[in-house]
Amino acid sequence: MDPPGLYVHIPFCKTKCPYCDFYSITKLSLLDAWLEALSKEAAMYRHAFGVFDSLYLGGGTPSILDNRQMEKLIKTIRQYFTITQDAEVTIEINPDDITAEKLQCWRACGINRISVGVQSFNNDELVFLKRRHSATDAKRSIELVVSAGFENFGIDLMFGLPGQTEEILMRNLQNALIFEPKHLSCYQLTLEERTPYGRLKAEGRLVPPGENKEKRFFVLTSDYLKSKGFIHYEISNFAKTVQYESRHNKKYWQHTQYLGLGPAAHSFKDNRRWWNHRSVERYCKEIAKEKKPVDGFETLSDEQLRLERLFLGFRTKYGVAVDDVKDSPSFEQTLSRLKRKRILKVYGNRIIPTIKGFLIADKLPQMFF
Amino acid sequence: MKQIRNFSIIAHIDHGKSTLADRLIQYANLVDARQFRDQILDNMDIERERGITIKSQTVNLPYKSKKGDEFELNLIDTPGHVDFSYEVSRALASCEGVLLLVDASQGVEAQTLANLYAAMEHNLVIIPVINKIDLPSADIDRVKDEIEHELGLDAETALLCSAKEGTGIEDIFEAIVGRIPPPKGDIEKPLAALIFDAHYDSFRGTIVSCRVFDGRVRPGDTIRLMAMETSYKVEEVGCFRLKMEPKKELSAGEVGYLIAGIKTVSDTRIGDTITLDTKPASKPLAGFKEVKPVVFSSIYPIASDDYLSLSEALEKYKLNDAALVYQKDSSAALGQGFRCGFLGLLHLEIVQERLEREFDQSIIMTSPSVQYRFFLTDGRIVTVDNPAYYPDPTEIKKAEEPYIRASIMIPERYVGAVMKLCMERRGVNSRLNYPTAGRVEITFDMPLAEVIFDFYDRLKSITQGYGSFDYEIIDYRESDLVKLDILVNGERVDALSMIVHRERSRERAVKACDSLKEEIPRQQFKIAIQGAIGGKIISRSTITPYRKDVTAKCYGGDITRKRKLLEKQKKGKKRMRVVGSVEIPQSAFMAVLKTDTE
Repeated sequence: MDPPGLYVHIPFCKTKCPYCDFYSITKLSLLDAWLEALSKEAAMYRHAFGVFDSLYLGGGTPSILDNRQMEKLIKTIRQYFTITQDAEVTIEINPDDITAEKLQCWRACGINRISVGVQSFNNDELVFLKRRHSATDAKRSIELVVSAGFENFGIDLMFGLPGQTEEILMRNLQNALIFEPKHLSCYQLTLEERTPYGRLKAEGRLVPPGENKEKRFFVLTSDYLKSKGFIHYEISNFAKTVQYESRHNKKYWQHTQYLGLGPAAHSFKDNRRWWNHRSVERYCKEIAKEKKPVDGFETLSDEQLRLERLFLGFRTKYGVAVDDVKDSPSFEQTLSRLKRKRILKVYGNRIIPTIKGFLIADKLPQMFF
Repeated sequence: MKQIRNFSIIAHIDHGKSTLADRLIQYANLVDARQFRDQILDNMDIERERGITIKSQTVNLPYKSKKGDEFELNLIDTPGHVDFSYEVSRALASCEGVLLLVDASQGVEAQTLANLYAAMEHNLVIIPVINKIDLPSADIDRVKDEIEHELGLDAETALLCSAKEGTGIEDIFEAIVGRIPPPKGDIEKPLAALIFDAHYDSFRGTIVSCRVFDGRVRPGDTIRLMAMETSYKVEEVGCFRLKMEPKKELSAGEVGYLIAGIKTVSDTRIGDTITLDTKPASKPLAGFKEVKPVVFSSIYPIASDDYLSLSEALEKYKLNDAALVYQKDSSAALGQGFRCGFLGLLHLEIVQERLEREFDQSIIMTSPSVQYRFFLTDGRIVTVDNPAYYPDPTEIKKAEEPYIRASIMIPERYVGAVMKLCMERRGVNSRLNYPTAGRVEITFDMPLAEVIFDFYDRLKSITQGYGSFDYEIIDYRESDLVKLDILVNGERVDALSMIVHRERSRERAVKACDSLKEEIPRQQFKIAIQGAIGGKIISRSTITPYRKDVTAKCYGGDITRKRKLLEKQKKGKKRMRVVGSVEIPQSAFMAVLKTDTE
């Protein structure tokens, strides 16, 4: 069994991005109370997992923490949990939060992997996304990351914005590669219902580029990055080499155990998954009552685990084990049809999606029900 | 016998029959308030949801009148739908009187009239009851006027009640004991009891509901079912008081149940006469007839390996529903299944729902059909209720289809819209009748095939719920019929074929293609859907393939949600049939049945 991963959710943002559906609040006055509660939550789980080989600070906006808060957070974690020497320790950051001092503090804290939330190098797009930084800010912040000695850093980009052209997309990718990142996440903008932009879409006031364009953007991104030596290892993720693939995120995709601390965080161990209350207030309140802030849990049946392995597997280049699908009705026919259509490939005992497979990854599991 | 009253409540759907029945039961203190579930008589899920009574039930209510006399009242519940009119007639034959329930805001409707005529045929005492007087829209004077003029009853005798609020209930009890006569009959004569209902109990076998007209029956007696010509030994008799309460005997005038080792409901016939083997009645009670199915459809399991399970389910279902007939059927698209005959479309839907809910079957039903008659060039006459057996068109000399006489009651303002609907449905020979000011009764001769789809739904919608509808089958008439085929990617899906009138064929074909387009999920390739008569394509629609279907993010918090979605899809996939290489969901087969979506 692979070592577990540790996730900490920092549910605070200076401003809310209108497309984002991760849980976060802008009431920063709750930050210290949250940190206090988090420390108690960590204590509750101190013996629940083994030695962690990844720590991921996600959000929200983890870079919103000042150095004192960050040091306290890391100290708390190290106090209650054992993290291996060579652990992958990631922080998600916003370009406008980056200062040399913060970078120095993060290094001192043992953070060795940075994911910069650039989203776009196009100012019009950044305005549309209501990001707090400009393209120039983004570039300057990446330079700071590099000069602070963070060799393992990645850039987050978005595509499929209303009105986006292939030129804008290509320029975004080219701009990112100038800094020689080890990792790239390229997410198609998804207008989730419960976000402000999702509502605009429902009202017909925001129109996504449509399936045909989105398909072209996706393939273009993949082809271009692969031509530059990147591995397309998950639908939205690219790594320069295997060791730069996100160790932590792969735990989600491979059913490795993980502990999530903080509001709305999810944990998984054996065949159980549980998740914390979303609201920071509720989270703190439960912990104040010496209770785990768990909102819900599920115990997964073998079949549920298999279903998850299917849809998670078809999203990565590691694919799905033949054993997990071979009992499905007309398996041989389905597989040979999908192979013929170059949607899937078979390597040994794994069934691997091609780029065509990635494009319809959500449809693949049901072909093996 | 003097202290017995047998009665029934007749009403239009939604006029509050079940609620009133509940009140009467509550008033009789059969249940305490805590146990009381609304609409106790309707105990099948479907009945509760639809607010209609499918299988009739009976309940025995003790009542002490104002004068202090003790009575035993038997409330015989009746099904409230035209599909079950024969069952209604047998229940009414078991009564001496009826409460005719009229909604204080809706007034008299076509079904009320039909029910009233049925009650009059049996010479029953009719007590008009105006219900829902608590509604703000109640118009008691208007309803009284309608009772007087449309029903020809003395409105002065009408009782007022609100079953919902429980007002006027005692008056109803007093009227039942005061106005309805006690049953007649001779306890010394040979046994003659009328079967008006039967249901199946897995422990006791068939439980027969009957009304004893003459004689008596006790456990140990050997009875004979006169139409079936079978004999059984009686194990138990009794009356219904929500639970069955055994009694020593049932005698002339009484209503109750009888258990006699009768294996299935199909071993009995509603309307049959029970008599004693040793001392039989000289002739059966009048009015027996075999009910015949008028609507036909095939049932297939969604997964072909569920055929045996469906077969067992139908067998079990049939234990409790003598009206359903079925035989084996097979389809190129859907494999093995069953061709079934139903009393009407509601009956069909009930069978479908109960098979799915109570027997856990996932089924596909094909387009319902009536029985057509084809006169062939070689002189043969064939009856066809399944499009698969549509004869070679070159050999058809003449075709005929069954016609009904539809009776529709509406407020005057809807006359135009309803006439239009009936004409569209090939209605002919219309007659208008104005029973009272502002109300119109329209009768039309119409092909049965035109009403079995969604006529009633359409009528309801164009009359905003004020239209009511009743029909009887009258005869067969000559018709110009064609077989409409549906092709999916060039492949004929036999389960979607239907026999239609030539003039209606294009419209039906277009609608079928449109609704299939809505229901068949996009797949990796283009799907063409076509409607065809013979080799000629008359309608077409296309489903474009999907190009990209993948969510961008999938991290710790997204997994459960995604899996749940997948579980739903997986369930849905069980409800798909693959035709050629196209996955067709069950809902698509259903959507073709409902042709009017506007």
